Amino acid sequence: MSSRPTPAELADYEAQADAWFRENTPKDPGFMLPLTFMEVSTDQQFEFLCAWQRKVYEAGYLGASWPVEYGGGGLHPDFQRIATKVMKKYDGPIMLNAIGIGWAGPLIMDIGSEEEKKKYIRGMLTAEDIWCQGFSEPENGSDLGNAQLKAVRDGDEYVLNGSKIWTSLGDRAKYMILLARTSNEGASKYAGLSFFLSPMHAPGIETRRIRKLTGEYGFVQCFFTDARIPAECLMGNEGDGWQIAMKTLEYERGAKVNLAGGYFLKELDAMGVVELARESQRGGKPLLDDPVMKDRMVDFMMDIQALNLNNQRRRMGPLVQDRPMGLALMNKLARTEMIRELTEFSLSFQGTRGGYYVDDPCAVDNGYWHRSYLNSFSATIGGGTSEIQRNIIAEHVLGLPKGR
Amino acid sequence: MAFSEGNLADHLGGLSYSEEQIELMDVATNFCRDKSPIDKVRKLIEDDHGYDPAVWQEIVDLGWLGIAIPEAQGGVGLSMAEVAPIAEQMGRRLLATPFATCTIAAQALLAAGDAAQCGQWLPRIVAGEVATLALTEPHGDWNLAHVEATAKASGDGYVLSGTKQFVVYAQHAALVIASVTLDGQVRLALIERSAIPDAALRREIIIDETKRSYELTLDGIHIPASALLDAGRSGTALTQIELASALLQAAEMCGGTQSAIDYTIEYLKTRKQFGKLIGEYQALKHPITNAYVGYEKARSHMLSAAHNFGQQGVGEIAVRMAKASADKAYSFAADRAVQFHGGFGFTHDCDAGLYRRSAIWHASQYGDAAWHRSKLADLLF
Repeated sequence: MSSRPTPAELADYEAQADAWFRENTPKDPGFMLPLTFMEVSTDQQFEFLCAWQRKVYEAGYLGASWPVEYGGGGLHPDFQRIATKVMKKYDGPIMLNAIGIGWAGPLIMDIGSEEEKKKYIRGMLTAEDIWCQGFSEPENGSDLGNAQLKAVRDGDEYVLNGSKIWTSLGDRAKYMILLARTSNEGASKYAGLSFFLSPMHAPGIETRRIRKLTGEYGFVQCFFTDARIPAECLMGNEGDGWQIAMKTLEYERGAKVNLAGGYFLKELDAMGVVELARESQRGGKPLLDDPVMKDRMVDFMMDIQALNLNNQRRRMGPLVQDRPMGLALMNKLARTEMIRELTEFSLSFQGTRGGYYVDDPCAVDNGYWHRSYLNSFSATIGGGTSEIQRNIIAEHVLGLPKGR
Repeated sequence: MAFSEGNLADHLGGLSYSEEQIELMDVATNFCRDKSPIDKVRKLIEDDHGYDPAVWQEIVDLGWLGIAIPEAQGGVGLSMAEVAPIAEQMGRRLLATPFATCTIAAQALLAAGDAAQCGQWLPRIVAGEVATLALTEPHGDWNLAHVEATAKASGDGYVLSGTKQFVVYAQHAALVIASVTLDGQVRLALIERSAIPDAALRREIIIDETKRSYELTLDGIHIPASALLDAGRSGTALTQIELASALLQAAEMCGGTQSAIDYTIEYLKTRKQFGKLIGEYQALKHPITNAYVGYEKARSHMLSAAHNFGQQGVGEIAVRMAKASADKAYSFAADRAVQFHGGFGFTHDCDAGLYRRSAIWHASQYGDAAWHRSKLADLLF
C-alpha cells in the first residue's frame, strides 16, 4: 500500500473523479435498472451493468487501492473512498459484481494464496468473471452451520452433491464461493465445513431461476449432481469453512471496510419520500398537513439521521468506548429495517393509486415505491435475517448467552 | 435540492468532538461511578436534602459549574458541548444534584442578563451557590411562553403573584429565576431566596425520588426594579433555557438508558428458568437488543446536539431530535427492564424502577418525545 496522501493530492484526485463521473455517469437507459445486484432480471440489464462496471474500472475508480500486480490501481485506500463518494454523488448505476468485488475479493486479498489472487482479482474487477455465493440451502437458511452440500475428495478432484438456493446472479456467474460439507465427523457441525472457490461451468451443475416477490428474477437454485471440481478450488484446509464463511459475512454485513469500492445497492432517496408526501393529497389537503402523517415522517427523519450519525461515530474511538463493535454490528439490522418501514409508509401516501404496480402507466413513479418496499425484504432476510442479526448483537456485543 | 440518506447529515448537522469533551467524559465517568454507587443513591432518596453537600463541593471544586460560562465571568469558557458528557454520566449513576439547573440558570443569565446581573450571579454560581428556574405552572403546558404568573409595579420595584411548579432544589437555592408577565409581556425575574418566605415553598412529591422539587407561591413576593432580565431578550432566553435543558436531559437520559440496559443484561445472564439462563430466550434477547439499538441512536443524536448546540437552525433541530430520541429510548429500555425482572421488577428494591421513574420525570419536564417531534415537524417540513 502506498503512503498516506496529502490533502492536496486527494483534492486533485477528487476533482478528476468528479469530472469523470459527471461526464460518464449514464443517463436513463430507457429501461428499468435494478436497484440492487440481487434483481438483475434481463440480458439487457446484465450487459448494461457489466459494461458500466468495466468502464469505471478502466477509468481507475474501482479497485483503485488493490495492488497493481493483481489488476488494481495500487493507490492508498483514501483515493478509493473518494472515488466511491463521487460515484454516489452522481447516483450512477450499481456495481454489478458484488459478490466478487465486495465479498470474495476482499477475502482473497486477506487470506488467499498468490495463485488465487492472480487468477481471480482482475476478472472480478472487469466484470468478465461474475461471482455468486453458495451458502444458503433449501433446508439450511439461518442455520448456515448445518449446511449439507457434500464435497468428497476423489483424487485431484472434489465431487459435489446437493443444492444451494437464493443464489443472486447464479445463472450468470463463472465462480461461486461455496460452503460445503467435507465431513460429518468432528466436534461440532461447524468442524466438517470447507470453503471452495468453485467454477460454475462444470458438468453436473445446473441452475433454475426463481421468481421474486417483486415479480423480477435475479436469483436461482443451484443443483450439484456428481459435479467434479479441481481440488485446488479448496480455500485453506478442509474444516476451515465456517471460519472463512464468517469472515466473508463480515464484509457482507459491512463490519469491514470494502476495499474494492463502489456500491451494490441504490440508496433510498429519503427526501424523495418527503417529496412524495408533499405531492400527495388527503381529504382535499396536502398529506403533510395531517399531523399524524407529519409526526411519523419526523420519526423517520430522526431515524435516518441517527443512522448517519452512527456511521460517523463508529470511527470515533472515544465516542464508542463502552461497546466498540456495537455500532458496526447493528448497522445492517438498523438500516434495512428502517428502509423496510419507510418504504412501507410511502405506499400509504398514494391513496387509491397505492393499488397500482410497476409498469402500469398510472403507477406513481412507475411503481418505484412498491418495488422498493417489496425489495427491502431481500436485505432484511439476506445475509442473515434481522432476527439472526439481533442474536449476533445480543451475543457478541451485549454478552448474552447463546441459545441452544 | 433533493437530499438522499447519504447527505442528509449535511443538512442536519454532523458529529465531532473536542479533546476537552473527551477529557471531561473520562473524569466524569470515574467520578460519578465512585461517588454515586446505587446504595448511596437509595440512601439519599430517604434524605431530605436529597444530595450530598460534600459531593456537591467536589463538583464545584472540579470547576464543572463554570464550564459553559465565559472566563470573564469566572467560568472556564467552554460550551454546552462539554457539559453534556458530564450530565450523561450523572444520569447513568443517578447522581442527583442541582448541577443541571444551575447550568441552565447561568445560560438564562448569559442570554438576557445585563452586565450587573451577570456580574453579580455568575461567579456565585461557579462558586457553588444554587440557582434554579421557576417556569412551569399548574396548567402543565410545555410552552414556556404560556405564563400566567404576573409582576406589577409596586413602589420602586415589582410585586409578583401566581404559582410556579417543579422548581427544582428551590429549598437550597440562592437564586430563583421566574417567568412572569409584566404589561402583557413575558419577563424573567431574579428572585433572591431571602425574599421567599419558607411558607411559599411546598416540597412536591415527584415521580423521580432521587430529585427534589418545590412548588413556589409567588403571591406577595417583592423584587427590586433591577431584578428583571432584559425585556428584548426574553424570548431568546426562554429558547436558550428550553434547548439547554433538553440537551442536558437528553444526556442524562442516555446515561440512564445505558444503565437500565446494563442492569437488565446482568439479570438475563444470571437468572435461570426452565433450566436455562433467561438471556437465551429470544423473547427477552431481542427486545433488549432493540433497546440497545435505540440507546445507540439516541446517544448519536445527543452527541450531535452537543456538538451543534448554538448553531443557527441546525442546533435546535439536533437538540429536539436528541430529546425526542432519548425519551423514546429511555422509556422503552426502562419499561422492559421492569418487565424482564419479573416479580422482582415490581418491587421498590429493583433498580429498574429507579430508571423507569427517572424516564417519566424527564419526559414530563421541558417536553416529551411527541412535543419535540411536533416542533421538529414545523422546523423540517
